Amino acid sequence: MRAPLSWLRDFAPFPNDIPALVATLDDLGLVVERVERVGEGIGDVVVARVRDIAPIKGADRIRLVTVETGDGAVEVVCGAWNFTVGDLVPLAPVGAVLPGGLEIARRKMKGVVSNGMLCSGHELGLSDDHEGILVMGDTDGVRPGMALAEALGVQPDVVFDIAVEGNRPDAWSIAGVARDLAGRLHLPFTIGEPTPPPSLGVPVGSLASLEIEDPDICPRMVVRVLEEVSVRPSPRWLARRLVLAGMRPINNVVDASNYVMVELGQPTHPYDLDRLAGAGLRVRRARPGEQLVTLDGVTRTLGVRGRGLADSGEDCVICDAVGNPVGIGGIMGGESSEIGDATTRVLLEAAYFAPMAIARTSKRLGLRTEASARFERGSDPWGIDRCVARFCELVGAPVADGSLDVRGEVPQPFRLRVPTARVEGLLGVALAPDTVASLLEPIGFGCAPADGSIDVTVPTNRPDVRRGPHGVADVVEEIARTYGYSRIERRQPAWPQPGRLTAYQRERRLLADTFCGLGALEAWTPTLVDDADHALMGLPGAAVAVTNPIVKEEAWLRRSLLPGLVRALARNAKRREAAARLFEIGTVFSHPDEAGREARGGADGSVPAMLPGERELCAAVLFGEGDDARTAVGAWRVVAAALRLAAVDLVADGNVAGLHPTRAAVLVASSGERIGALGEVDPDVAAALGIDGVRVGWIELDLARLLDPAVTARRPEAAQPISRFPSSDVDLAFVTPEGVPAAAVEAVIGRVAGELLESVTLFDVYRGPAVPEGTRSLAYRLRFCAPDRTLTDEEVGTLRQAIVDAVAAETTATLRQ
Amino acid sequence: MTVPATVARIEREAADALAGAANVEELRGVVTMVLGKRSPIVRVHRELGALDPDARRTVGKQLHDTRERLEALAAERLEALAGAARAARLEADRLDLTEVGAVVSSMSRGHLHLVDQTRRALEDVFVGMGFEVEEGPETETDWYNFVALNIPLAHPARSMWDTFFLDVGEPETVLLRTHTSPVQIRLMERHAPPFHAVMPGRTFRRETRDASHLAVFHQLEGLVVDHGITFADLAGTVETFANAYFGPDIHTRLRPGYFPFTEPSAEVDVTCTICRGEGCRTCSHTGWLELAGCGMVDPAVFDAVGIDAEEWTGFAFGFGIDRCAQMRHQLADLRLLDENDVRFLRQF
Repeated sequence: MRAPLSWLRDFAPFPNDIPALVATLDDLGLVVERVERVGEGIGDVVVARVRDIAPIKGADRIRLVTVETGDGAVEVVCGAWNFTVGDLVPLAPVGAVLPGGLEIARRKMKGVVSNGMLCSGHELGLSDDHEGILVMGDTDGVRPGMALAEALGVQPDVVFDIAVEGNRPDAWSIAGVARDLAGRLHLPFTIGEPTPPPSLGVPVGSLASLEIEDPDICPRMVVRVLEEVSVRPSPRWLARRLVLAGMRPINNVVDASNYVMVELGQPTHPYDLDRLAGAGLRVRRARPGEQLVTLDGVTRTLGVRGRGLADSGEDCVICDAVGNPVGIGGIMGGESSEIGDATTRVLLEAAYFAPMAIARTSKRLGLRTEASARFERGSDPWGIDRCVARFCELVGAPVADGSLDVRGEVPQPFRLRVPTARVEGLLGVALAPDTVASLLEPIGFGCAPADGSIDVTVPTNRPDVRRGPHGVADVVEEIARTYGYSRIERRQPAWPQPGRLTAYQRERRLLADTFCGLGALEAWTPTLVDDADHALMGLPGAAVAVTNPIVKEEAWLRRSLLPGLVRALARNAKRREAAARLFEIGTVFSHPDEAGREARGGADGSVPAMLPGERELCAAVLFGEGDDARTAVGAWRVVAAALRLAAVDLVADGNVAGLHPTRAAVLVASSGERIGALGEVDPDVAAALGIDGVRVGWIELDLARLLDPAVTARRPEAAQPISRFPSSDVDLAFVTPEGVPAAAVEAVIGRVAGELLESVTLFDVYRGPAVPEGTRSLAYRLRFCAPDRTLTDEEVGTLRQAIVDAVAAETTATLRQ
Repeated sequence: MTVPATVARIEREAADALAGAANVEELRGVVTMVLGKRSPIVRVHRELGALDPDARRTVGKQLHDTRERLEALAAERLEALAGAARAARLEADRLDLTEVGAVVSSMSRGHLHLVDQTRRALEDVFVGMGFEVEEGPETETDWYNFVALNIPLAHPARSMWDTFFLDVGEPETVLLRTHTSPVQIRLMERHAPPFHAVMPGRTFRRETRDASHLAVFHQLEGLVVDHGITFADLAGTVETFANAYFGPDIHTRLRPGYFPFTEPSAEVDVTCTICRGEGCRTCSHTGWLELAGCGMVDPAVFDAVGIDAEEWTGFAFGFGIDRCAQMRHQLADLRLLDENDVRFLRQF
């Protein structure tokens, strides 16, 4: 909200110390986002009358304009076309300095000399209008040669651009800001009573009617009628204030309505009484499908339920006395009864609407206006009368006697008992009841100290304060705010419970650190993806769709980390950063139809709802020099060692979505559950994602299972004794048919060798002429060791033979001779 | 020739031989030759018996001295030759350590993502202050994300959070969480007070990406519910955190703000990390940067999770993890964070 200091001063004598005012406003929660100094630097600009406009040879955008300034004619070159001979315009003569520091010099353009510049409102810092020259009305004794500041009645001013929080509709007006600021600065706040306008001498009821059919959505409406109105430009001072407040002056009637809204916070709506089919207003719910053309020329369909739980499809329409819709209550008026130049009779409507009803309609129609934004936050139902009177005062036309005032259940001021102990309990600072009263009374709360508490009367301009016990917290906020947050002494709380990470959180860190140790960089790939990625990978099942995506490529929740990570590699490869290992720890989602989670839903948490399934994964793409599925296996072993995992089986699996069918395995934990997969990315999938013809190693781990010791067993924590006796190595090479996994051979070795086997290492794999077609030689080094003795050759020899026999019997792999 | 003269000659010749050895190996041969069992000295010594007692004594002493001198010479030569050999060996090994290139690239260390590093650093600060770390799902019902946090259906305050809704169940009932605050609700629903927890995680808002906004970003929420917790504790906690994370010269100030789930509510500013409060372009010459929102838990939130607001009080705060990273590392553009450019990832 833009608040000019001069306007604020209508309500309290604020000092001129701008930085101090800004600091105070900030501390009150009325954050000043910008301070604008206006009306400065136009002292050199004078009013000039246009005498002649002539084309310039060879130029079709600029013209030579001769203007009269009272003491002679001046020729200037001008590029604007919005004025004609006889108009009054601002002239910045040679040597003038404009706001922003532009110094006007004599210039030569297309062979013609320009002796100054005709200015737009924007160039003068007076308005945002930079479309054309500021053309002044030829009234009220404005004459050529006059200083522009004098002609416009412009005084140097300061405008505060203030961000008012959504819970403070009371502060969303000049008077509201002034009230808060005056309270903190201990200055008297006064708000004058409007001067009654001349009376028409007829009762308002004889000119118009008012009926509210649905008082639940419009609990109060007030109507007054003005006649003998002449629609014309507003007085300069009023137009100027609207401009400073960021509004465009239109005519005296519309401007008065806007002025009242900016000054006091209450939107009002003037209708051309003669353009209402029936003289008067009726307020009701819109009928389903009812249509109305609003002031912005758009046809609106009302009374139809939209998306979302919250929308009841109820809209408040304002109709003329015979029932034709003429406006959407609290949001925007209709085109049909707009104030025009010919208007002479004005019906002014001012109302209090149910905030939630306005919020619903505004959201569904996507129509947010100054009025709707104020009404949905909650206007003051008892501030209406002053606002209506102020409007009549500003327009100045004769007014019919009395007002039509229809009320339903209108919010009333109410009392809250605020225990002083509660104030201290929430703020940590003890405040005497007198102190509390001195803080709250200046901003409109009534305070009556009672025994151990304060009875606070909450005014109706404070809809943020709730009735009942919750309201106490709202009042305490007001106490803290007006007292000053910075004055509350800080305290470091302490409690006996220790801070800690869970085992899962610690191990997840360890996992990330392990991948770092493998040279991998942690990536962050998109959660919102294109479902085509899942199809590309051949992932069965459905993804969860976003109903309101920003772009269609980001309209689904990812079900895999693979496309994002491979794409990240591809993007880096394009930047000639080819070799990289990337890993990511992130969530993937499944459709609730497959794996959902039940959660509380509905308007009050009582309705069970199904949420998508979520799994936290850790995945890595291994794309360093020479990386492939082997690298993935190696990396997995490092991870398994880091997490101290007991045996996890690698089981070849050609059906892992997105993986190379003949170079992939799943990881099966001791519990039999699948905890991940590894191998290489399917070359076709990789190519489609931008990596063509190079192998990409892949590991994917399901953290909930991997890090759960009940699923994936760990090696015991107890230290294992280390033998003091020498160990013996035995090398065995088995000619193993393709199709018999090395893991099967190793499993037999492990089982038969038993506790004496210290380690077994596959140190060579040979395929070639020295072994039969369809087989390969797997060479293992077995290291035997006993904890209590040196093993004899005989013992080792017996074990060796037992192993060879068992491997042959169980896997058909035979000892290579 | 007299025996003493012979011994002197033997010594001369032996000394010449020792001096002439070119390397340690040769030297060892020479030593055996001139001092070993078959050396001339030993031979003369064996023949001592043939001399008269006086001469025997004289020659015996001469032999002894000679041997001592030769042994010393041999040791001296050995040291010199071994030193020279070592020097030659080392010289042959000479390596310019600055010429090591891609040969050892396989040894490169990986990097945690800057956001993850920041999250850890923040978690560690709070764990040190006695907080536990809680997590929750990224998809939520409207109830957890809004209603239970005192943001009823259709409340205008909802416009503070542009929301991605999911095509699950009734329209606009399931969504991507817009903040980490639902984790508060889940925590309070599941357990009884007291609570001292921070809740980091990924959050989503339907906003167009630009240099200072991401549609997908990270927040850290804090919640303390205990007996006797006040606004003063909140202000103290926020200050302690800022000092611990940003540095002892970084302070905080609280300004009134509005959040439906806290009352009183506050915005937290920290000393500008660029200019340290002097005033610069980044902080619009105010010396302060907006960091977080916070406040005392609203009684309506306690009602939603069945906690007695008369017995327990609490505070909550929340801020952007990405924003902390941005402030600390002076990131001009937040989009660097999710573009996965390895040239960026390797910097941290």
